[in-house]
Amino acid sequence: MSFDDHDDSGLSRRKVLECMTWAGTGVLWTLSGGVPRSLGLVDAAKAAEQQATGLTFLQISDSHVGFDKPANPNAIGTLEEAVNRIKAMPKKPAFMIHTGDISHLSKAAEFDDADRIISQTRLDVHYVPGEHDFLDEDVKLYKERYGKGSRGAGWYSFDAGGVHFVGLVNVVDLKAGGLGNLGAEQLAWLEQDLKGRSTSQPVVVFAHIPLWTVYPQWGWGTEDGGRALDMLKGFGSVTVLNGHIHQVMQKVEGNVTFHTARSTAFPQPAPGTAPSPGPMKVEDARLRTLLGIASIDFKLGDERLAIIDTPLAG
Amino acid sequence: MNRRASLERSIRLALTAALLGTAPLHAETIKVTIDNFTFTPAEVTVKVGDTVTWTNHDDIPHTVVSAGKYRSKTLDTDDSFSFTFAAAGDYKYFCSLHPHMTGMVKVE
Repeated sequence: MSFDDHDDSGLSRRKVLECMTWAGTGVLWTLSGGVPRSLGLVDAAKAAEQQATGLTFLQISDSHVGFDKPANPNAIGTLEEAVNRIKAMPKKPAFMIHTGDISHLSKAAEFDDADRIISQTRLDVHYVPGEHDFLDEDVKLYKERYGKGSRGAGWYSFDAGGVHFVGLVNVVDLKAGGLGNLGAEQLAWLEQDLKGRSTSQPVVVFAHIPLWTVYPQWGWGTEDGGRALDMLKGFGSVTVLNGHIHQVMQKVEGNVTFHTARSTAFPQPAPGTAPSPGPMKVEDARLRTLLGIASIDFKLGDERLAIIDTPLAG
Repeated sequence: MNRRASLERSIRLALTAALLGTAPLHAETIKVTIDNFTFTPAEVTVKVGDTVTWTNHDDIPHTVVSAGKYRSKTLDTDDSFSFTFAAAGDYKYFCSLHPHMTGMVKVE
Protein backbone atom coordinates (compact mmCIF):
# COMPACT_ATOMS: atom_id res chain seq x y z
CA MET A 1 0.00 0.00 0.00
CA SER A 2 1.27 3.45 -0.73
CA PHE A 3 -0.09 6.85 0.09
CA ASP A 4 0.31 9.86 -2.06
CA ASP A 5 -0.75 12.41 0.49
CA HIS A 6 -0.98 16.01 -0.53
CA ASP A 7 -1.70 17.27 2.94
CA ASP A 8 -0.07 15.39 5.79
CA SER A 9 -2.21 17.00 8.45
CA GLY A 10 -5.38 15.85 6.76
CA LEU A 11 -4.85 12.12 6.61
CA SER A 12 -7.01 10.96 9.45
CA ARG A 13 -6.67 7.68 11.27
CA ARG A 14 -10.12 6.84 10.00
CA LYS A 15 -9.01 7.34 6.42
CA VAL A 16 -6.01 5.14 6.96
CA LEU A 17 -8.18 2.42 8.42
CA GLU A 18 -10.68 2.84 5.64
CA CYS A 19 -7.90 2.38 3.15
CA MET A 20 -6.68 -0.70 4.91
CA THR A 21 -10.07 -2.30 4.82
CA TRP A 22 -9.81 -2.00 1.09
CA ALA A 23 -7.97 -5.29 0.91
CA GLY A 24 -4.75 -3.68 2.07
CA THR A 25 -3.74 -2.99 -1.49
CA GLY A 26 -5.58 0.13 -2.50
CA VAL A 27 -3.82 3.34 -3.31
CA LEU A 28 -5.36 6.12 -1.33
CA TRP A 29 -4.63 9.69 -2.05
CA THR A 30 -6.17 12.74 -0.51
CA LEU A 31 -5.84 16.34 -1.37
CA SER A 32 -7.26 19.71 -0.55
CA GLY A 33 -10.57 19.66 -2.32
CA GLY A 34 -10.46 23.33 -3.20
CA VAL A 35 -13.89 23.86 -1.68
CA PRO A 36 -14.86 27.43 -0.72
CA ARG A 37 -12.42 29.34 1.43
CA SER A 38 -15.22 30.69 3.58
CA LEU A 39 -18.47 29.02 4.30
CA GLY A 40 -21.63 30.88 5.16
CA LEU A 41 -23.80 29.54 7.94
CA VAL A 42 -26.18 27.83 5.58
CA ASP A 43 -23.36 26.33 3.57
CA ALA A 44 -21.63 25.19 6.73
CA ALA A 45 -24.77 23.44 7.90
CA LYS A 46 -25.18 21.85 4.51
CA ALA A 47 -21.55 20.80 4.49
CA ALA A 48 -21.92 19.25 7.92
CA GLU A 49 -24.90 17.33 6.72
CA GLN A 50 -23.00 16.07 3.74
CA GLN A 51 -20.10 15.14 5.91
CA ALA A 52 -22.42 12.99 7.95
CA THR A 53 -23.78 11.21 4.92
CA GLY A 54 -20.85 11.68 2.54
CA LEU A 55 -20.91 10.70 -1.08
CA THR A 56 -19.15 7.61 -2.29
CA PHE A 57 -19.42 6.47 -5.85
CA LEU A 58 -17.52 3.94 -7.90
CA GLN A 59 -15.72 4.06 -11.18
CA ILE A 60 -15.47 1.00 -13.37
CA SER A 61 -13.86 1.10 -16.78
CA ASP A 62 -12.78 -0.76 -19.88
CA SER A 63 -14.67 -4.01 -19.33
CA HIS A 64 -14.01 -5.04 -22.97
CA VAL A 65 -16.59 -7.80 -22.74
CA GLY A 66 -15.81 -10.14 -25.65
CA PHE A 67 -12.03 -9.80 -25.33
CA ASP A 68 -10.47 -13.29 -25.27
CA LYS A 69 -6.86 -12.77 -26.33
CA PRO A 70 -3.78 -14.01 -24.41
CA ALA A 71 -3.58 -10.89 -22.20
CA ASN A 72 -6.79 -12.16 -20.55
CA PRO A 73 -8.75 -14.98 -22.18
CA ASN A 74 -11.57 -14.46 -19.69
CA ALA A 75 -12.47 -10.77 -19.55
CA ILE A 76 -16.02 -11.70 -18.54
CA GLY A 77 -14.66 -13.59 -15.53
CA THR A 78 -12.61 -10.65 -14.29
CA LEU A 79 -15.59 -8.31 -14.74
CA GLU A 80 -17.59 -10.73 -12.59
CA GLU A 81 -14.83 -10.63 -9.97
CA ALA A 82 -14.97 -6.83 -9.95
CA VAL A 83 -18.74 -6.92 -9.56
CA ASN A 84 -18.47 -9.41 -6.71
CA ARG A 85 -16.11 -7.01 -4.96
CA ILE A 86 -18.61 -4.22 -5.37
CA LYS A 87 -21.42 -6.42 -4.02
CA ALA A 88 -19.31 -7.20 -0.97
CA MET A 89 -18.62 -3.57 -0.07
CA PRO A 90 -19.72 -2.89 3.51
CA LYS A 91 -21.33 0.44 2.58
CA LYS A 92 -23.31 0.61 -0.61
CA PRO A 93 -21.98 3.35 -2.91
CA ALA A 94 -24.43 5.96 -4.21
CA PHE A 95 -23.97 4.91 -7.83
CA MET A 96 -21.35 3.91 -10.36
CA ILE A 97 -19.86 5.51 -13.43
CA HIS A 98 -18.51 3.45 -16.30
CA THR A 99 -15.91 5.26 -18.37
CA GLY A 100 -16.33 3.31 -21.57
CA ASP A 101 -15.23 0.32 -23.60
CA ILE A 102 -18.04 -1.69 -22.09
CA SER A 103 -17.75 -4.10 -25.01
CA HIS A 104 -14.79 -5.12 -27.14
CA LEU A 105 -16.48 -5.10 -30.56
CA SER A 106 -19.91 -3.49 -29.92
CA LYS A 107 -21.73 -6.79 -30.47
CA ALA A 108 -25.24 -7.04 -29.04
CA ALA A 109 -24.25 -10.20 -27.15
CA GLU A 110 -21.28 -8.39 -25.58
CA PHE A 111 -23.48 -5.54 -24.35
CA ASP A 112 -25.99 -8.16 -23.10
CA ASP A 113 -23.29 -9.95 -21.10
CA ALA A 114 -21.96 -6.66 -19.70
CA ASP A 115 -25.44 -5.57 -18.63
CA ARG A 116 -26.23 -8.93 -17.08
CA ILE A 117 -23.08 -8.82 -14.95
CA ILE A 118 -22.95 -5.11 -14.09
CA SER A 119 -26.64 -5.00 -13.12
CA GLN A 120 -25.84 -7.45 -10.33
CA THR A 121 -24.32 -4.53 -8.42
CA ARG A 122 -27.87 -3.12 -8.13
CA LEU A 123 -26.40 0.33 -8.59
CA ASP A 124 -27.39 3.06 -11.00
CA VAL A 125 -24.69 3.23 -13.64
CA HIS A 126 -23.85 6.37 -15.60
CA TYR A 127 -22.04 5.44 -18.79
CA VAL A 128 -19.89 7.25 -21.31
CA PRO A 129 -18.79 5.41 -24.46
CA GLY A 130 -15.33 4.25 -25.44
CA GLU A 131 -14.26 3.81 -29.06
CA HIS A 132 -14.99 0.06 -28.72
CA ASP A 133 -18.66 0.83 -28.07
CA PHE A 134 -19.26 2.43 -31.47
CA LEU A 135 -18.07 -0.39 -33.74
CA ASP A 136 -21.42 -1.80 -34.87
CA GLU A 137 -22.29 -1.17 -38.50
CA ASP A 138 -25.10 1.28 -37.78
CA VAL A 139 -23.45 2.78 -34.68
CA LYS A 140 -26.72 2.55 -32.80
CA LEU A 141 -26.39 -0.08 -30.07
CA TYR A 142 -24.65 2.15 -27.53
CA LYS A 143 -27.13 5.00 -27.97
CA GLU A 144 -30.09 2.65 -27.77
CA ARG A 145 -28.90 1.06 -24.57
CA TYR A 146 -27.12 3.80 -22.67
CA GLY A 147 -27.89 7.07 -24.42
CA LYS A 148 -31.32 7.87 -22.99
CA GLY A 149 -31.54 11.52 -22.00
CA SER A 150 -28.11 12.30 -23.43
CA ARG A 151 -27.19 14.68 -26.22
CA GLY A 152 -25.12 14.31 -29.35
CA ALA A 153 -23.05 11.14 -29.23
CA GLY A 154 -24.03 10.61 -25.59
CA TRP A 155 -22.97 13.50 -23.34
CA TYR A 156 -25.00 14.70 -20.33
CA SER A 157 -24.77 16.05 -16.81
CA PHE A 158 -26.47 15.46 -13.47
CA ASP A 159 -26.18 16.44 -9.83
CA ALA A 160 -25.69 14.12 -6.89
CA GLY A 161 -24.72 14.76 -3.27
CA GLY A 162 -24.00 18.42 -3.99
CA VAL A 163 -21.57 17.54 -6.77
CA HIS A 164 -22.08 18.35 -10.45
CA PHE A 165 -21.25 15.42 -12.75
CA VAL A 166 -20.53 15.83 -16.44
CA GLY A 167 -20.20 12.82 -18.77
CA LEU A 168 -18.37 13.67 -22.00
CA VAL A 169 -17.76 11.78 -25.25
CA ASN A 170 -14.31 12.10 -26.82
CA VAL A 171 -14.22 9.01 -29.04
CA VAL A 172 -16.14 10.10 -32.15
CA ASP A 173 -15.17 12.01 -35.26
CA LEU A 174 -11.47 11.53 -34.62
CA LYS A 175 -9.11 13.20 -37.08
CA ALA A 176 -6.13 11.56 -38.79
CA GLY A 177 -2.98 12.11 -36.80
CA GLY A 178 -4.95 13.47 -33.85
CA LEU A 179 -6.06 12.48 -30.37
CA GLY A 180 -9.44 12.16 -28.69
CA ASN A 181 -11.99 14.76 -29.74
CA LEU A 182 -14.88 16.58 -28.04
CA GLY A 183 -15.93 18.78 -30.93
CA ALA A 184 -17.51 22.24 -31.17
CA GLU A 185 -21.09 21.13 -30.48
CA GLN A 186 -20.21 19.37 -27.25
CA LEU A 187 -17.97 22.22 -26.06
CA ALA A 188 -20.79 24.72 -26.69
CA TRP A 189 -23.12 22.50 -24.68
CA LEU A 190 -20.57 22.26 -21.85
CA GLU A 191 -20.22 26.02 -21.71
CA GLN A 192 -23.99 26.37 -21.32
CA ASP A 193 -24.13 23.55 -18.80
CA LEU A 194 -21.59 25.25 -16.54
CA LYS A 195 -22.92 28.77 -17.02
CA GLY A 196 -24.35 30.40 -13.93
CA ARG A 197 -23.33 27.48 -11.75
CA SER A 198 -21.79 28.30 -8.38
CA THR A 199 -18.03 27.94 -8.66
CA SER A 200 -18.04 26.50 -5.15
CA GLN A 201 -19.87 23.42 -6.35
CA PRO A 202 -17.44 20.52 -6.87
CA VAL A 203 -17.42 19.26 -10.44
CA VAL A 204 -16.60 15.75 -11.61
CA VAL A 205 -15.96 15.35 -15.34
CA PHE A 206 -15.73 11.85 -16.75
CA ALA A 207 -14.90 10.65 -20.26
CA HIS A 208 -13.21 7.65 -21.83
CA ILE A 209 -9.93 8.98 -23.24
CA PRO A 210 -7.91 11.11 -20.81
CA LEU A 211 -8.81 14.79 -21.19
CA TRP A 212 -5.21 15.68 -20.40
CA THR A 213 -2.27 14.75 -22.56
CA VAL A 214 -0.81 11.58 -21.11
CA TYR A 215 1.20 10.33 -24.10
CA PRO A 216 0.34 11.73 -27.54
CA GLN A 217 2.58 9.21 -29.32
CA TRP A 218 -0.01 6.60 -28.36
CA GLY A 219 -2.98 8.90 -28.83
CA TRP A 220 -3.49 9.20 -25.07
CA GLY A 221 -5.00 12.63 -24.80
CA THR A 222 -7.82 14.80 -26.12
CA GLU A 223 -7.18 17.29 -28.89
CA ASP A 224 -9.56 19.94 -27.54
CA GLY A 225 -9.55 18.77 -23.90
CA GLY A 226 -7.82 22.01 -22.94
CA ARG A 227 -10.87 23.99 -24.02
CA ALA A 228 -13.09 22.02 -21.67
CA LEU A 229 -10.59 22.50 -18.85
CA ASP A 230 -10.49 26.26 -19.52
CA MET A 231 -14.23 26.38 -18.87
CA LEU A 232 -13.65 24.64 -15.52
CA LYS A 233 -10.87 26.98 -14.37
CA GLY A 234 -13.11 29.10 -12.15
CA PHE A 235 -14.36 26.14 -10.15
CA GLY A 236 -12.80 25.44 -6.78
CA SER A 237 -12.80 21.66 -7.07
CA VAL A 238 -12.63 19.78 -10.34
CA THR A 239 -12.02 16.05 -10.67
CA VAL A 240 -11.44 14.47 -14.06
CA LEU A 241 -11.96 10.71 -14.25
CA ASN A 242 -10.93 8.76 -17.34
CA GLY A 243 -10.22 5.24 -18.56
CA HIS A 244 -8.80 4.05 -21.90
CA ILE A 245 -5.20 3.56 -20.79
CA HIS A 246 -5.89 0.57 -18.51
CA GLN A 247 -3.70 1.74 -15.65
CA VAL A 248 -3.81 4.18 -12.77
CA MET A 249 -2.31 7.55 -13.48
CA GLN A 250 -2.88 10.73 -11.58
CA LYS A 251 -1.96 14.35 -11.68
CA VAL A 252 -2.95 17.46 -9.75
CA GLU A 253 -2.83 20.79 -11.50
CA GLY A 254 -4.19 23.76 -9.58
CA ASN A 255 -7.75 22.92 -8.61
CA VAL A 256 -8.00 20.06 -11.06
CA THR A 257 -7.33 16.47 -10.11
CA PHE A 258 -6.83 14.04 -12.99
CA HIS A 259 -7.17 10.33 -12.50
CA THR A 260 -7.41 7.28 -14.74
CA ALA A 261 -8.85 3.95 -13.61
CA ARG A 262 -7.71 0.41 -14.18
CA SER A 263 -9.52 -1.83 -16.63
CA THR A 264 -11.35 -4.94 -15.50
CA ALA A 265 -10.20 -6.75 -18.67
CA PHE A 266 -6.50 -6.42 -19.44
CA PRO A 267 -3.58 -4.14 -18.57
CA GLN A 268 -1.75 -1.88 -20.98
CA PRO A 269 1.91 -0.86 -20.75
CA ALA A 270 3.15 2.33 -19.15
CA PRO A 271 3.71 5.05 -21.74
CA GLY A 272 6.66 4.32 -24.00
CA THR A 273 7.64 1.07 -22.29
CA ALA A 274 6.44 -1.17 -25.15
CA PRO A 275 6.32 -0.96 -28.95
CA SER A 276 2.59 -0.18 -28.78
CA PRO A 277 -0.23 0.47 -26.30
CA GLY A 278 -1.78 -2.94 -27.06
CA PRO A 279 -2.88 -5.45 -24.39
CA MET A 280 0.00 -6.36 -22.09
CA LYS A 281 0.51 -10.04 -21.38
CA VAL A 282 1.77 -10.63 -17.85
CA GLU A 283 2.19 -13.76 -15.74
CA ASP A 284 -1.16 -15.16 -14.67
CA ALA A 285 -0.37 -14.47 -11.03
CA ARG A 286 0.16 -10.79 -11.74
CA LEU A 287 -2.89 -10.14 -13.91
CA ARG A 288 -5.35 -9.40 -11.13
CA THR A 289 -3.00 -6.94 -9.48
CA LEU A 290 -3.25 -4.82 -12.63
CA LEU A 291 -7.03 -4.94 -13.01
CA GLY A 292 -9.52 -3.27 -10.71
CA ILE A 293 -11.98 -0.56 -9.85
CA ALA A 294 -11.91 2.84 -8.15
CA SER A 295 -13.95 4.26 -5.31
CA ILE A 296 -14.33 8.02 -5.04
CA ASP A 297 -15.19 9.63 -1.74
CA PHE A 298 -16.39 13.17 -1.23
CA LYS A 299 -16.51 14.48 2.28
CA LEU A 300 -17.12 18.15 1.77
CA GLY A 301 -16.87 18.99 5.44
CA ASP A 302 -13.38 17.50 5.47
CA GLU A 303 -12.42 19.52 2.43
CA ARG A 304 -11.08 16.28 1.08
CA LEU A 305 -11.61 14.12 -1.91
CA ALA A 306 -10.24 10.64 -1.91
CA ILE A 307 -9.88 8.16 -4.71
CA ILE A 308 -9.12 4.62 -3.75
CA ASP A 309 -7.96 2.29 -6.50
CA THR A 310 -8.53 -1.31 -5.65
CA PRO A 311 -7.01 -4.11 -7.72
CA LEU A 312 -8.83 -7.42 -8.03
CA ALA A 313 -5.98 -9.07 -6.13
CA GLY A 314 -3.10 -7.74 -4.17
CA MET B 1 -3.39 24.72 -70.20
CA ASN B 2 -4.70 26.12 -73.51
CA ARG B 3 -7.21 24.26 -75.63
CA ARG B 4 -4.67 23.00 -78.12
CA ALA B 5 -2.37 21.64 -75.43
CA SER B 6 -5.36 20.14 -73.71
CA LEU B 7 -6.46 18.45 -76.92
CA GLU B 8 -2.97 17.06 -77.54
CA ARG B 9 -2.87 15.72 -74.01
CA SER B 10 -6.25 14.04 -74.47
CA ILE B 11 -5.07 12.37 -77.66
CA ARG B 12 -1.88 11.23 -76.00
CA LEU B 13 -3.85 9.76 -73.07
CA ALA B 14 -6.27 8.06 -75.46
CA LEU B 15 -3.38 6.49 -77.36
CA THR B 16 -1.75 5.36 -74.14
CA ALA B 17 -5.01 3.82 -72.99
CA ALA B 18 -5.45 2.11 -76.36
CA LEU B 19 -1.94 0.69 -76.18
CA LEU B 20 -2.15 -0.52 -72.60
CA GLY B 21 -5.82 -1.36 -72.49
CA THR B 22 -8.07 0.42 -69.98
CA ALA B 23 -7.53 -2.18 -67.31
CA PRO B 24 -3.89 -3.04 -66.63
CA LEU B 25 -3.17 -6.66 -67.50
CA HIS B 26 -0.97 -7.25 -64.51
CA ALA B 27 -2.87 -5.72 -61.62
CA GLU B 28 -1.11 -6.58 -58.40
CA THR B 29 -2.12 -6.99 -54.80
CA ILE B 30 0.06 -5.16 -52.33
CA LYS B 31 0.01 -6.15 -48.69
CA VAL B 32 0.04 -3.78 -45.75
CA THR B 33 0.14 -5.26 -42.25
CA ILE B 34 -1.01 -3.78 -38.99
CA ASP B 35 1.28 -4.71 -36.10
CA ASN B 36 1.80 -2.81 -32.88
CA PHE B 37 -0.60 -0.04 -33.90
CA THR B 38 1.47 0.67 -37.01
CA PHE B 39 0.75 0.33 -40.74
CA THR B 40 3.72 -1.40 -42.43
CA PRO B 41 4.88 -0.20 -44.84
CA ALA B 42 3.52 3.19 -43.90
CA GLU B 43 3.66 4.30 -47.51
CA VAL B 44 3.16 2.16 -50.62
CA THR B 45 3.28 3.17 -54.27
CA VAL B 46 0.98 1.22 -56.60
CA LYS B 47 -0.35 1.43 -60.16
CA VAL B 48 -3.89 2.27 -61.16
CA GLY B 49 -5.88 -0.96 -60.97
CA ASP B 50 -3.77 -2.44 -58.18
CA THR B 51 -5.34 -3.66 -54.97
CA VAL B 52 -4.05 -3.01 -51.47
CA THR B 53 -4.93 -5.49 -48.73
CA TRP B 54 -4.58 -4.53 -45.09
CA THR B 55 -4.41 -7.29 -42.45
CA ASN B 56 -4.67 -6.62 -38.73
CA HIS B 57 -2.31 -8.72 -36.60
CA ASP B 58 -2.95 -6.84 -33.35
CA ASP B 59 -5.07 -8.08 -30.44
CA ILE B 60 -7.05 -4.86 -30.75
CA PRO B 61 -9.41 -3.95 -33.60
CA HIS B 62 -8.44 -1.29 -36.10
CA THR B 63 -9.97 0.39 -39.15
CA VAL B 64 -8.59 1.73 -42.42
CA VAL B 65 -10.22 5.00 -43.42
CA SER B 66 -9.35 7.38 -46.25
CA ALA B 67 -11.70 10.33 -45.81
CA GLY B 68 -14.27 10.37 -48.60
CA LYS B 69 -12.52 7.54 -50.49
CA TYR B 70 -12.85 4.28 -48.65
CA ARG B 71 -13.60 2.96 -45.18
CA SER B 72 -13.12 -0.57 -43.90
CA LYS B 73 -15.36 -2.28 -41.40
CA THR B 74 -13.82 -2.85 -38.01
CA LEU B 75 -10.95 -5.30 -38.47
CA ASP B 76 -10.64 -7.69 -35.57
CA THR B 77 -7.51 -9.80 -35.15
CA ASP B 78 -6.43 -11.36 -38.50
CA ASP B 79 -9.25 -9.67 -40.43
CA SER B 80 -8.39 -8.10 -43.80
CA PHE B 81 -9.70 -5.29 -45.94
CA SER B 82 -8.98 -4.76 -49.64
CA PHE B 83 -9.45 -1.77 -51.89
CA THR B 84 -8.74 -1.51 -55.61
CA PHE B 85 -7.46 1.86 -56.72
CA ALA B 86 -9.08 3.00 -59.98
CA ALA B 87 -7.63 6.49 -60.10
CA ALA B 88 -4.21 8.02 -59.60
CA GLY B 89 -3.55 10.19 -56.59
CA ASP B 90 -2.32 10.28 -53.02
CA TYR B 91 -4.61 8.44 -50.63
CA LYS B 92 -3.84 9.32 -47.04
CA TYR B 93 -5.54 7.04 -44.57
CA PHE B 94 -5.74 6.41 -40.83
CA CYS B 95 -7.31 4.20 -38.17
CA SER B 96 -10.48 5.94 -37.00
CA LEU B 97 -10.17 4.27 -33.59
CA HIS B 98 -6.51 5.15 -33.06
CA PRO B 99 -6.01 8.24 -35.20
CA HIS B 100 -2.29 8.47 -34.46
CA MET B 101 -2.01 5.49 -36.85
CA THR B 102 -1.63 6.93 -40.34
CA GLY B 103 -0.51 5.70 -43.75
CA MET B 104 -0.42 6.61 -47.42
CA VAL B 105 -1.10 4.89 -50.72
CA LYS B 106 0.39 6.66 -53.75
CA VAL B 107 -1.35 5.56 -56.93
CA GLU B 108 0.50 6.27 -60.18
